[in-house]
Amino acid sequence: MIKIQKRNSSSSLIFYLSPIVAILLTLFFGSLIFLFLDLSPIESFKIFFIGPISNWYGLSELLVKASPLALIALGLSYCFKNNIYNIGAEGQLTMGALFGGGVGLFFYDSNSIFLLPTMILFGSIGGAFWASIPAILKTNFNTNEILSSLMLTYIALLILDYFVVGPWKDPTGYGLPKSRPFSDAGRLPVLVDGFRAHIGVYFTIIIAALSYFIFNKTLFGFKLRVTGFSSRASKYAGFRNDNLIIYTFLISGACAGLAGIFEVSGPIGQLYRDISPNYGFTAIIVAFLGRLNPIGIIISSLLIALTYLGAEDAQLFLKIPSAVGFVFQGLVLFFLLGADFLNKYRVLLK
Amino acid sequence: MKPIIEFKNITKSYPGVIANKNISFSIEPKSIHAILGENGAGKSTLVKILYGHVNQDRGNIYIDSKNVRITSPSVAKKLGINMVFQHFSLFESLTVAENLILGIDKKLSMSELIDKSKSISSKYGFNLNLNSPISSLSVGQRQSVEIVRSLLNDPKILILDEPTSVLTPDEIKNLFKVISNLVQDNLTVIFISHKLEEIINLSNRVTILRGGEVVDTLITKNENPDSLGLKMLGYKIAKLKRNKVDDNSKVLFSLNNVSTFNQDPFSVNLKNINFSLKTGQILGIAGVAGNGQNELMEIFLNENNDNFKGNVIFKNQNINQLSTQDRKCLSISYVTEQRLGHSAVPEMSLTENVLLSMSHNKKFIKNDLINFKEIGNHTDKIIKKFNVNAPSNFSKASQLSGGNLQKFIIGREILSNPELLILSQPTWGIDAGSESFIRKTLIDLSLNGISIIIISHDIDELLEICNDVCVLYEGRLSKNLNVEQIDATQLGKYMGGLFD
Repeated sequence: MIKIQKRNSSSSLIFYLSPIVAILLTLFFGSLIFLFLDLSPIESFKIFFIGPISNWYGLSELLVKASPLALIALGLSYCFKNNIYNIGAEGQLTMGALFGGGVGLFFYDSNSIFLLPTMILFGSIGGAFWASIPAILKTNFNTNEILSSLMLTYIALLILDYFVVGPWKDPTGYGLPKSRPFSDAGRLPVLVDGFRAHIGVYFTIIIAALSYFIFNKTLFGFKLRVTGFSSRASKYAGFRNDNLIIYTFLISGACAGLAGIFEVSGPIGQLYRDISPNYGFTAIIVAFLGRLNPIGIIISSLLIALTYLGAEDAQLFLKIPSAVGFVFQGLVLFFLLGADFLNKYRVLLK
Repeated sequence: MKPIIEFKNITKSYPGVIANKNISFSIEPKSIHAILGENGAGKSTLVKILYGHVNQDRGNIYIDSKNVRITSPSVAKKLGINMVFQHFSLFESLTVAENLILGIDKKLSMSELIDKSKSISSKYGFNLNLNSPISSLSVGQRQSVEIVRSLLNDPKILILDEPTSVLTPDEIKNLFKVISNLVQDNLTVIFISHKLEEIINLSNRVTILRGGEVVDTLITKNENPDSLGLKMLGYKIAKLKRNKVDDNSKVLFSLNNVSTFNQDPFSVNLKNINFSLKTGQILGIAGVAGNGQNELMEIFLNENNDNFKGNVIFKNQNINQLSTQDRKCLSISYVTEQRLGHSAVPEMSLTENVLLSMSHNKKFIKNDLINFKEIGNHTDKIIKKFNVNAPSNFSKASQLSGGNLQKFIIGREILSNPELLILSQPTWGIDAGSESFIRKTLIDLSLNGISIIIISHDIDELLEICNDVCVLYEGRLSKNLNVEQIDATQLGKYMGGLFD
């Protein structure tokens, strides 16, 4: 018989080491997968993890992918610390792109310097608005935020779909489901000419630093942690749990919305159906792999971004489907959750 | 006489603590054998080993001189050993009869079971309606269900783990009658307690445990409460001197006609609660657990979501609408029954746990920024002043023992300079040293003019430190009884609901 028993105390050292354990296990099982496919694990890993970042262009691409992941994960970490499970960042990202992008399309011939800031502002408002729906449902009707935020994602995707095939379709676009391009004033500046990495990276770094400060030095951050550990203790302390739920949802929605508007005004430059390769969902893995710690999230976002790039190269050079990138992301999350579980519980064989 | 049970060198250790260390003693058949010790002395571990619920690391148990390996409760039951736990395991929504049939190992039809339960009930004087749902029963009646369930297995040996801790004085009297009758019918009863008086009154022999080791096994009739207490603790506890409330002192806090309207079938609604508390007075709220104590505490804290009528008055001001935090700002402090996860967060450091209760204090929070240095110093002050045994102010709350954490929490609330301190079960489950320290601290506080409300199941504690005691029964609160003039029979009647 297998018995699961709670440990008397779980180690906080192991808590911070378990992402590394999870990564090592992922590499091990990843190499088994490569062996199974008759590929040399070492060669494959070189193509997968080293090839993509062995030149400046690759490093820039890494930032292009890591920046939205980190930005969304930072927002999510507010919710997760508070024990609120916002699974709908993908929808909030979409709404951010739609609101901000909508501004860009409305003023498609503008060259005002205020266009881009307005788009960014509306992007974050769009994300926060979409996140406010599950938050209000939760505080007023005690609905399960996991389900409502997840389902709202699909609604958001369909709304985007409606606009790009309907009212916002590019009149000169041969009927393809995409909008007209934004004007140059509506495009996010790049960091270095010739590379796609954009100034969204600065926002991400600033928000990471700000979050670190908020989590560790402010009463608001303290309230989040207390409520995450025990809602009764939070009541005892006199904190208003409902307000915290609303605030954390708004913050994470705004971050996802920012990521959305950065994507469409940055690398993409217009609105169309598939603006995000599941950044909103992958960011959940990034947040947990980074232990909900802003510095950890930056590191894990770079790592997970690498699986996106590696998957593209693997498709090209190894002739294997790019879905292998998602397999690696799934493995990392699986082993991380396993390591966390075994840190809290022991398994006894009887 | 040949012993029915013999423990030989029983040792059991858990990570970081030896619960039982070389325990050896024997129990005579057809007797009441008490096991005495304070919380954490290893009493429960020992009887759980006997019942097969826990397995010993080393040592042997002999039943009727035969070495037996009791690996599980079902093995114990086959050997005729049954146990009634301190925390009952009954299904609230099922009837008594349904609970009885679920709990027995033998194959009995429902009608056989009912006949047998009825004959046991009438023989030993249990007054049970087999068709009532458990949720409608008092704690004493629930205990009767547990005992009848054990007796259905025809045991030779019955273990009762702290059976009196949740009962009213009258119910205790009944229980003792039942136990005596059981022994007359050739049963051996093992009775666990930390209450000295009842051990003297009830048992034939007593084994005293301290720190996981046997101190002595004695014939009870040669002992008195003081001699047993000294052996249990290893030192003597000084008697406390109560304060006197000045007749002219002003009313600080009162509840006027407070009633609650919860829909939850498992909560008790308060009915027209009235009391007032003077400056410097210690008021005890007695009563068996589950008679509205939690709901009353919710009213004090305002965790009730406004689901009540009536008035909560502090210093002539109606504070019905004030949140927990606003009330703290008015200098009301709280110590809740549940320490971990309510008045302290186990995963957080002591410093953070100070902030938990002090976040309204401008000294510690400025413009939403936390002044950790100031809080750390304050935490050190609490640790020092209240003799909290903690490595440092970074230690997590979960690393402290129950007694130390409680001293820490009470210290934290006292150093917030309250005018009114409300505590629920302040010494529940903690060691005797911390217990007497806390009681003395509370009396000292009242001498300095601070008013205190103590909600407690422990009558002895209330009689020791309070000026007045009220009794809570099914959501109703009795009038004040002055502790100087109280007698135990009257208090017993009150606890059974016989007041107004």
